This record gives sequence, C-alpha cells and structure tokens, in this order.
Amino acid sequence: MTANIKEFPGTPLSEKDFKEGKILFNHDELKGDFAWDTGIAIGSYLAALKEGLILGATCYTCHKIVVPPRTVCEWCFNPMDEYIPLMDTGTVNTFSLCYVTWDVKRIEEPEIPAVIMLDGASSLDSGPIMGGIMHLLGEVDPEKVHIGMRVKAVWKPPEERQGSVTDILYFKPIEEE
Amino acid sequence: MNERVAIVGLGWTGFRPVTPEVSYRELMYDAALRAYTDAGVDPRRDVESFVTVAEDFHEGTSIFDEYVPDQLGAALKSMHTICGDGLHGLATAYMLVRTGQFDIVAIEGHSKASNLLTIDEVTAYAQDPVLNRPLRFNTHFVAGMEMNRYLHETGTTREQCAAVVVKNRYNALANPSAPYGANLALADVLSGPMLSSPLGHREAAEHADGAIAMVLASEEKARHLTDKPIWIEGVGWCNDSPSLESRDWGQATYTQEAARMAYRQAGINNPLQMIDFAEVDDIYAYKELQTLEALGFFRPGEAGELTADGFTTPEGELPVNVSGGSLGWGHLLDATGLARALEVVLQLRGEAGARQLEDVEVGLVQSWRGIPTTSGAVAILSN
Repeated sequence: MTANIKEFPGTPLSEKDFKEGKILFNHDELKGDFAWDTGIAIGSYLAALKEGLILGATCYTCHKIVVPPRTVCEWCFNPMDEYIPLMDTGTVNTFSLCYVTWDVKRIEEPEIPAVIMLDGASSLDSGPIMGGIMHLLGEVDPEKVHIGMRVKAVWKPPEERQGSVTDILYFKPIEEE
Repeated sequence: MNERVAIVGLGWTGFRPVTPEVSYRELMYDAALRAYTDAGVDPRRDVESFVTVAEDFHEGTSIFDEYVPDQLGAALKSMHTICGDGLHGLATAYMLVRTGQFDIVAIEGHSKASNLLTIDEVTAYAQDPVLNRPLRFNTHFVAGMEMNRYLHETGTTREQCAAVVVKNRYNALANPSAPYGANLALADVLSGPMLSSPLGHREAAEHADGAIAMVLASEEKARHLTDKPIWIEGVGWCNDSPSLESRDWGQATYTQEAARMAYRQAGINNPLQMIDFAEVDDIYAYKELQTLEALGFFRPGEAGELTADGFTTPEGELPVNVSGGSLGWGHLLDATGLARALEVVLQLRGEAGARQLEDVEVGLVQSWRGIPTTSGAVAILSN
C-alpha cells in the first residue's frame, strides 16, 4: 500500500538532528548486574562441560531423559533419579539460517542456531531424550544443513574451558560413510 | 461460582541473606513441593491453575512467566505471572477460585535478591525516566521524603520509628527461619548511619532470599483436603498516583482504600475490635506506623506512641509483625506480601511454634510494593 505513496507528508528526522540537539530526547542506560546462582542441576551441567561431558538427568518414573539436567521432572514432579553423561553426537531437530547478528547487523554468511537431540550414552538409558542442546552449527555449508542431519560437538581445548555452554564451540556434520 | 476460598497448603524455604547452593528454580521447587505436600495435592493431577509473582527487572529475564512451569508442576497447565507484590498474587489466585473455573490454585513468590548485584540502580528504573530519573537520586530518597512528611503531619518521632525496629527484630529471635533477629536498644538503631534523612540505615529492611508457595481451594475441596482451612474473608488492593509531584506524601491513602475494600467483603467495621493481630509492611520502620493508621487501627499520630508503649508487641493489645516482619525476616522483593500472609496462616493454624499467639481467629495481612510505588494490598484471613 505504501508503494503507491510517492511522497510522505511531514519532516523526516536524521541522526544529525539528534546529534545537533535539534530534537529533545532522554538517553539512559540500565545498570543491571546479575550473578545467577546456577544451583544443583545447572551447576553440575556446567562443571561437566568443563570436563568435556554433556550431562542429562533421567526420570525412571516417566522413562525420560532431559538435557540440560534439572532437579525435578516436569511430567511427574518427582525429583530426577540420576544424572547421566550423554554422547556429544546427535541429530538436528530444528535450525535456522540467521542473517542478522545479535547486535543487529546484516551479514552475508548466516549464523546457524540449532537444537541438537543428543545420542544416549548406553542402551541402559531409561528412555527417550526429551531435550536437546540449544547450540550452533559450524564447518558446514548453510545450503546443506537439514533437519535430521547428524552432527558432533567441536570442543574447546580442555585448558580453555570455563564451565560454560561456549566450552563447545559448535556442532559440525558427521561425515556420512 | 465458588463463594468461599481457603488456604489449604503452605510451603516455604529460606529466608537467608544468600542461597548460593540452589538456583531460583530449585528454590521455587522446594517451596512448591512443601506446599503441595502440606495440602495433600499432586500438582500434576489436582492443581488446576498456577500464579507466580515476579518482576522481570528483579529476575534478570524478561517475560518471566516462561521460566516458571517446570519447577511448579505447571507444565502444559493454566498459569501466569502477576507483576506485583505477593499479596496481589494471592488476590489473583483467590479470584481464580471464586470464578468457579478452578477449584485448586497454587500461588508462588520468591526472592533471589542476592543475585541482583545492582539492586539500587535497578530500583531506580521504577522512577519516571523523563521527569525524575535525570535528577539522579538513589530511590531511597522517596522513603526519606515520605517519612519526613509523615513525621511532620503526625508528630511521630524518630524514636517511635526506631521502636518498630527494636520490636520486630526482637520478635524475629523467636522465628527459626528469620535471619535478622536481634536484641537492640533504641540507641542502637538511632546511632546508625543515615540513609536518606530522617530515615536511618538501620530502619530499612535488609534483603533475603527465599520462596513461598500456597495452595488455595474452594470450600468443598478445602473441607475435603484439610481440617484447618484458613479462609480468605476479604481482599483489597489499590494504587495512588505514581506522581512524585502530586501524591499524598504523609498518608498511605492506597492502603486505606485497599483496607476499605477488604473490610467491606469481610464485614469489618471496627478493625481494632474485630482483628486479633496483623502482619503489615515494615520495609522501612515508619511504614509500619503509617500503615497501622491507614488501616484504621489508630488515628494518625497515635501509632508511634502506642508502639513505643508496647501496644503492638506479641503480648500487647494488637500484636503486629510477630514474625519479625521484613526488618527481622528479610525483605523478600516481590514475595514480601506472601511472607506476611504466611505468618498469619501459621498463627491461625496454631503452628507458629515459640511465637504462637493465643486465641487468634482473625488476622490482617497488608503489603506495599516498595519504593517508589503507591501500591498496597490488604487481606483478611480467619480460621
């Protein structure tokens, strides 16, 4: 509809008008510093990442595994039974090719956020893994990324890990044989 | 429609200055689990709707509702967050039951104040960004100005305000979960540093971490679940103008109006005669005095003298903040009103331990949302 309007009424504002003080405005910055206690579940998860392990929590009642771990099962409200290490390989559940950065800049090569459903560590795992890792994909041609793609974690070197989700650099495709 | 609503389950954890061993979610889970166990309900099966009170700026995550369901057992169920004080949340849960759409509703409030490193700077974000914030005052100035005007209008003294601190922190010594119990003299309070004159630093409550959950039920369900239902006889809430320029600085008119609403529902026409005890806001010591007058217990100017004379001690005519209040139990951010309600329920159940009052039947809960607000709520509970 706006395509039919040749000239908009009014006076357009430019950055220059703000800089020169022609426009009245207030500028304020929030100083909000937080230090969230990670607690039992996420604290364990982050500590394990530092050791190169991805922890999940399993509920024997519901036969489910969640990653990252939690202290309580959201389905039955009982405490989780056990924390278990999972594989660092998995399958892309969903992804997106993101052409705008965190600080709102357009980019040519997209960033690729993805949720990766991890593989269980053993056949003794009690049930389906309900959560995936929210992470990013790398070393991959954006054109070739697809739901169901098999991927593996690329870790930071052990001495550089800090107990953070960024201890995993990204997930990359597993070469299919 | 459900005519009557009762509190049938109580759970809390804390209150402590820091809780580094648990996340806010684990804190919430702990309180919720205790409340469900106390009520004898399974949240996955029995609880039909959930309410949380939280302020995004306190949590550090916006749209905090999204972070709530798992740890309350509320996943894939009706739930929402109230951005208000805990007592506003209790009022909301009460209304949900009254509608008749839900028979069992849970309410949760929590504080992880220790995780908020710049609490004064964040509180400044409650000031008007164009008119007030550019003046760059620490928001405690609002309490300082309010106290100044209150003292001026009523003739109340700083010593009488300090008597509130002495009483409440002494009361907290009999409350095992209160972190700020102390046996102080008036001089100990008055000799502290100034915060925003005439308000002294020791007349302001220190923060604490903790979580509180309650289960509410319709009369039919309540009688089935417990032999100690605590009835919500009335609730009211009110906001005055946010304007620092034109608000009533001397009196808590919003509390007076909130009380009028709650009293009407509960059939209370003589508060001092009909109410046995009260838990009211004392984030700043003068607020307890100003509030007791707004609630109609006393005329303006009487609360300070009566407090200094012991009228509001646990042994007095009208026990106020037997729990220790915010001064003794800790300032719990958005959970503050729920802490006041928690104590009233414990007293009415006869489960208050060493600080149990004798023969109490009707208790009043009042809360204020803190600086710089004029937001208050009142509830009347009975056993």
